[in-house]
Amino acid sequence: MNVKKIFLNIAKGTVYLILIGWAIIALMPLYWMFTTALQLPDEVFSMPPRFIPTVVKKFFPLLLEGKREEAIFLLTESLRSIRVLFTDIGLPRWFLNSVIVSVTATLGILVFDSMAGYVFAKKQFPGRDFLFWLMISTMMIPGQVTLVPMFILIGKLGLKNSLGAVIFPPLAMVFGVFLMRQFMKTIPSELIEAAKIDGASEFSIYWRVILPLSKPALATLGILTFMAVWNSFLWPLIVLNKDYLYTLPVGLKTLQDKNLVDYGLLMSGASIAAIPMIIVFLFFQKYFVKGLTLGSLKG
Amino acid sequence: MVIKNGSLLKDIYKHKLDYFFILPKFILFIIFIALPVVWAFFIAFQEYGIFETIWVGLTNFRDVLTGDLFWIALWNTFRYTLVVVPSQVIIALILASLINPLNRKAQIFFRGAYYLPTVTSVVVISMIWRWMYNSKGLINYLLSLLNIDAVNWLGSSTWALPAIILMSILTPPGVGVILYLASMGSIPESLYEAARIDGAGPITSWFKITLPLVKPTTLYLAILGTIGSFQVFAQVLLLTDGGPGYATTTLVHLIYNSAFRDFEFGFASAQAIVLFGIVLFFSFIQVKFLSSDVEY
Repeated sequence: MNVKKIFLNIAKGTVYLILIGWAIIALMPLYWMFTTALQLPDEVFSMPPRFIPTVVKKFFPLLLEGKREEAIFLLTESLRSIRVLFTDIGLPRWFLNSVIVSVTATLGILVFDSMAGYVFAKKQFPGRDFLFWLMISTMMIPGQVTLVPMFILIGKLGLKNSLGAVIFPPLAMVFGVFLMRQFMKTIPSELIEAAKIDGASEFSIYWRVILPLSKPALATLGILTFMAVWNSFLWPLIVLNKDYLYTLPVGLKTLQDKNLVDYGLLMSGASIAAIPMIIVFLFFQKYFVKGLTLGSLKG
Repeated sequence: MVIKNGSLLKDIYKHKLDYFFILPKFILFIIFIALPVVWAFFIAFQEYGIFETIWVGLTNFRDVLTGDLFWIALWNTFRYTLVVVPSQVIIALILASLINPLNRKAQIFFRGAYYLPTVTSVVVISMIWRWMYNSKGLINYLLSLLNIDAVNWLGSSTWALPAIILMSILTPPGVGVILYLASMGSIPESLYEAARIDGAGPITSWFKITLPLVKPTTLYLAILGTIGSFQVFAQVLLLTDGGPGYATTTLVHLIYNSAFRDFEFGFASAQAIVLFGIVLFFSFIQVKFLSSDVEY
């Protein structure tokens, strides 16, 4: 009995060891990014590497010792590259562009996909299944196939070098229609019938019955879309060629091209791009999980 | 026929509101997906120029398939996929199997820890790894602790591709862990109970119950992973830009170069269509081999 218990504890310990070990490997790059971002310029290449930046180690002790000026000097020196990013390099503008693009595309997707998802899930009309599967079947096609024609098209529409060039294409993504339809199918049709008997119009059924009941799906789709657009890289890289139009990933790429070995600066920029998504994830983790599991169900 | 058409039109008219609900999405779909897809196939048969576009038949495809670069890129992409996809699926399976029996709090913690790096942009992750792969970077320091000589990771044609592969493997398969956990959570406890009564240990029941029942997830992850891996791009552009030489040029990197550095639109479109064909082919093979005894 006792031997069995010891054996069980060893097994449990091993499991935790593997899981924690892999979690450290998984999170190490992010930790190293933040560490490098906060290091002093001459500290970045120090050997052996310093896993805790001087500013973190010494700022509060210095304050407690009453060396206020020294502490503040240390802090400003450590945040030098962040200051450079905000003043000499147009990072705030890139950040703003990323926010504008992601928010607009997300709102658009939520409205259009919930409208389409609703009728695909709950209505009977000629051509419904054909239209649905026509849209869904294009999900298989790799994005690179449409890269060149899209580039020409954006030029012809006069959208090249405008934020519209990176807002409109994501609005056409069909994943959300699929996700909304999957979810709305689970809403009982009796609710719609009841609203109809009460004299509700089509639009108010959508607005007052369907949308409120679809909140979890809307939250999920919203977060997944926001993440996809915030992180999208190849397409913005192609259509945005003006410094003031860059989104964060494109801006970071040009930053790297111009400052190949200024890793303090590069990691500061990367940190600023990463932080919003990390915050969104920490707050809405359950919606990420739901989105992934819902999206993988079969139609 | 006439009557039928008439009633169809009437039917459509009756449902005009339904079409109205789809209309915005459908217009966007036509303009930004359907039209470009069809157009891509036209461009692939053309020599596309700003002033003049001429039909060249299969010339672009011939140039793609007879050029060395395409085969180098295909071989690099293939090696990347062949290592990365199975590793990610197996790692996800193992991690999920270890997390599954834990209590709810621990489950949420580990699931979160493994998914967190995947919410940040691949651009950010690639920039970090470029720094870690620096000759005086973190990885070489860790190797020096093990008395291994510094490696010129991104600058040598031997190590550049393995470096990109290693980065993809060590970036945790967050999606896979979440999907496997969901799938394992839906396996009825009674199955394991029955196996225990029959005298099966945990390892046996993992092989006989868990593994077969999560097979649809395995298939889904394998296909999704293959499609994703064949499109690997940002890592390559940011870490090595395809170099040194063509040691890390992948298919999408090649398409990007052909289209937006050389402005060979027809040639690039032909490459993209060939890529599409390859992805379709591999998805088909996987469905064939992995789904033979999957029950939905």
